[in-house]
Amino acid sequence: MKYYDKLIFELSKEGRTGFSLPDTEWADTTDRIPAGLRRELPPDLPQVSEPDVVRHYVNLSNMNFGVDTGFYPLGSCTMKYNPKINEEMASYPGFGGLHPLQPDDTVQGALSIYGELSDWLCSLTGMAAFTLNPFAGAHGELTGLMIMRSYHISRGDLKRTKVIVPDSAHGTNPASAAVCGLQVVQVKSTPDGVIDIGDLKPLLDDTVAGIMMTNPNTLGLFETGIKEIETSVHAAGGLLYYDGANMNALLGKVRPGDMGFDIMHLNLHKTFSTPHGGGGPGAGPVGVAERLSRLLPSPVVRKSEKTGKYETAGNPTGAGRISGFMGNFGVLMKACAYILSLGNRNIRKVGPYSVLAANYVKESLKDLYKLPVSTLCKHEFVFDGLKEANAGDPEREVTTLDIAKRLLDYGFHAPTIYFPLLFHQSIMIEPTETESKETLDAFVAAMRTIAEEAVSDPGLLRSAPHNTPVRRPDETLAATHPKLKI
Amino acid sequence: MGFAYFPHTGDDIKAMLGRIGLESLDELYSDVPEDLLFRGDFDIPDAMSEMEVRRHFAGLAEKNVSLSVFCGAGAYDHYSPSVIPAVISRSEFLTSYTPYQAEVSQGTLRYIFEFQSMMTRLTGLDCSNASMYDGPTSAAEAVMMAVNCTKKKNRVLLSGTLLPQVLEVVETYCRFHGICLTEIPHRDGVSDLDAITAELGKGDVAGVLVPGINRFGIIEDLTGYAEAVHAARALLIVYSDPSSLAVIRTPGEWGADIACGDAQTLGIPLNFGGPYIGFLCCRQEYVRKLPGRIVGETVDTDGRRCYVLTLQAREQHIRREKATSNICSNQSLMALYVTVYLSLMGPEGLKKVNDLSYGGAHYLHDELLGTGLFTEAFGKPFLKEFVLKSRLPAKQLQKSLLDAGIFGALSCGDDLVSFCVTENRTKEEIDRVVNAVIRCHIDRCRDIVNGNLMK
Amino acid sequence: MEGLLYSGSHEWVKTEGDMATIGISDFAQKSMGSIVYADMPDVDDEVTKDEEFGALESVKAASDLYSPVSGTVMEKNDALDDEPGLLNQDPYANWIIRVKMSDPSETGSLMDAAAYAEYLEKQA
Repeated sequence: MKYYDKLIFELSKEGRTGFSLPDTEWADTTDRIPAGLRRELPPDLPQVSEPDVVRHYVNLSNMNFGVDTGFYPLGSCTMKYNPKINEEMASYPGFGGLHPLQPDDTVQGALSIYGELSDWLCSLTGMAAFTLNPFAGAHGELTGLMIMRSYHISRGDLKRTKVIVPDSAHGTNPASAAVCGLQVVQVKSTPDGVIDIGDLKPLLDDTVAGIMMTNPNTLGLFETGIKEIETSVHAAGGLLYYDGANMNALLGKVRPGDMGFDIMHLNLHKTFSTPHGGGGPGAGPVGVAERLSRLLPSPVVRKSEKTGKYETAGNPTGAGRISGFMGNFGVLMKACAYILSLGNRNIRKVGPYSVLAANYVKESLKDLYKLPVSTLCKHEFVFDGLKEANAGDPEREVTTLDIAKRLLDYGFHAPTIYFPLLFHQSIMIEPTETESKETLDAFVAAMRTIAEEAVSDPGLLRSAPHNTPVRRPDETLAATHPKLKI
Repeated sequence: MGFAYFPHTGDDIKAMLGRIGLESLDELYSDVPEDLLFRGDFDIPDAMSEMEVRRHFAGLAEKNVSLSVFCGAGAYDHYSPSVIPAVISRSEFLTSYTPYQAEVSQGTLRYIFEFQSMMTRLTGLDCSNASMYDGPTSAAEAVMMAVNCTKKKNRVLLSGTLLPQVLEVVETYCRFHGICLTEIPHRDGVSDLDAITAELGKGDVAGVLVPGINRFGIIEDLTGYAEAVHAARALLIVYSDPSSLAVIRTPGEWGADIACGDAQTLGIPLNFGGPYIGFLCCRQEYVRKLPGRIVGETVDTDGRRCYVLTLQAREQHIRREKATSNICSNQSLMALYVTVYLSLMGPEGLKKVNDLSYGGAHYLHDELLGTGLFTEAFGKPFLKEFVLKSRLPAKQLQKSLLDAGIFGALSCGDDLVSFCVTENRTKEEIDRVVNAVIRCHIDRCRDIVNGNLMK
Repeated sequence: MEGLLYSGSHEWVKTEGDMATIGISDFAQKSMGSIVYADMPDVDDEVTKDEEFGALESVKAASDLYSPVSGTVMEKNDALDDEPGLLNQDPYANWIIRVKMSDPSETGSLMDAAAYAEYLEKQA
């Protein structure tokens, strides 16, 4: 990676152009718009040539690390390989030019993708129906919670305004609940890292709309009490929401529907291999149990039994509308290609291989890193910093941040750090099923070297990274005097 | 048998299990209750080779009908330069995560900073976030933000001239979030300032959301809005088509506090509705209430200019239930689309896109009136989208256009139909629309003569 | 610091008649790290004892401020807008808001310096 210091604005020169448009054949131009409705001065956008633009963005890309660059063990993010056939299929001719409001008859191919993918996700998760409209995981959570509230309201049960969220939950869970107008009640974890059922049961009264759970949870642990939790929450009249962020561990082995979950979302950009794109676009489809299927947001896609054709429609009994059209359709195409490529035979290996990789890395490092919970993990696990971290010595103490930054020097992306909040020095590692043993061994070797460096030369870690295009940024300066544009 | 995405050999698996102290892969799930393990077959197809996947999609593509698009309504068929897919497919951009590790994410962070800069220049406002999911959700976030910015007020006014899907999404979010909404019906095709002012007088209004260009394609005259809204200590939000902001008066110039909308018009193909990209801009004083990712400039330990995600204390991973929003991503790659597009277009190119769209739309508008089958609906200034009163039933009109390979004449309530023309449409295509309309009329006359309409 | 009263959520109060000056303790600023933003109420806003009146933000954390007394905000420390780090430099010299108390007897439930020191000890 090479440091490159330009912004596109700094390449601009009056009179340069990078566009290619036909000459006008029209008599009218926007100059005929009444002056009071017109912009006073043209926007000060860059004026650059096409080769300048291409080179600029290629240079920028050289300062980025992606899954295609190297190992990306970012916990809870499932940075698996993004197959190239998915990309090719997402730009397959005959889809890109479709307007979302075109008559159903003219978009049967596109609607088939929506309909088939919904059916496949139902089978893989044990849910009865899916909407593919939500744009992201957090958007899926919000949609799912809207369905949860609508369910209670439609039964005339207006008291249920609380949602239970474990203390280990992703930050989006409480945030989505708050946006949805629900009060968040936190339930504690046991020292073994799973939901404390003793703490949960007294919370289950007739004001509880439901519980949001990730299983395996953010410590990478299977919630072994799930059956008791399911029985208790349902007995109290609440619903169970499954946060699918960690579904990769269970794909092909365990289905949320079979565990008794009523509502769930999936992250197609995690479990179903669509690229993260530097933060989006993703897709957060929401699945529901049969009795909630009437509550899915508009528009819905269904197959007509009469004609065998797919139809789109508003859903008057649904929770409302959460997207302009039918979700991030291009992302749905990629997930379709992924499921077709794996098929029944290979999709059942995704979970086991991802769990194998995580346990392998955990067992290879637990002598040097603190492992708060030592049982079998699922697709990811959490260390609480180094065993030998020179704690208490302000000149030599090595934190999780230092370890993460030093990993960048060794050519690996850093794991998720300082999450979950249960530990002070959390390092959350998720290797995924698409990494070879050799890659995992190289990562383990780097982590072991870092543990040695922490003792022999802690300054090296505290000032890391050393080999990246830029070094540690001054985040305090950025937040105190925000400069958000040029 | 091996599989292309799984690098594990039998020996690898054995060695890895050995390190863990297990004998079989099944033991990795020994913590899962036996009856929860799925042992059946999934109802999904058998594994396909790449060739078979391609054939599968080819089969699906054949079931789509490619049409000449004369419809807008929130999704616009603008031209997308060839440079964009070339840059987007750089896998360093495509396969990276949210840029938490700034040291190895300067590519993403820099283009988002450029995106923010460009959006502020287009909207005339001070700050932009790193993007939202789509236009309608950006409007919902803008409405919640307005309530956050104004203390103890919980009602927002929406103009009935907003796109229907914008109204529906905002209504859904607000119903659950607990914000009261009042929709102000349009007056003669535009937002009704008198009715809005009357509502503002009640003192409980936190914000007013109006479109810059409305669902009828009309360029709204927002003179007096900012004054009225600010006098009631509320915030003015303008839902905008950012492509149009190269030529029409900006939210900043109208005195708006927040701008939102869909930037799909900036180089992103129709793609059956997504992925698109919402945007959200605001005045400086509200930046700490702006939801979503924000990138800021700073320096690294060697004093070199660099970029980071900043103002993160507003966000869900820190504030949890007190966050400004639950959003924890942006449409980052789509922001790259927009940034590359605007770099290529520059002020001149973007003006030309508008000129070509304006010219084509006005040509079609005049030709349609010339058939005598349409009359003016509102007779107000428009850019690329317009509605007319049709003497032909919308359904029949749409059918005739479809027969000619054209998608247009979207019903817009009563006897109104809408058309949209972008720079992607040629004169020949537009003439085809006019011919199809005339054909529709002729067919209808023939049917009337033959008495077919009675059936 | 002697002469100040403290709340369990680490705000300090200095009273003069029915006026209360409110800030955060040294312990609070230390545990937050570099403060990058102070979200303060506006003048004339009402604050209520034990309820949120604002928040402080560091780069990776946010901490709500709870009012130790009830009343009306008479003044806020505008210097913090430009330089929130003042709270790190000297949390006792740099106050956050001044409140005209509606019920000065509410201060009765607050801790004095010695009690607060003991409280911190117990927390650790």
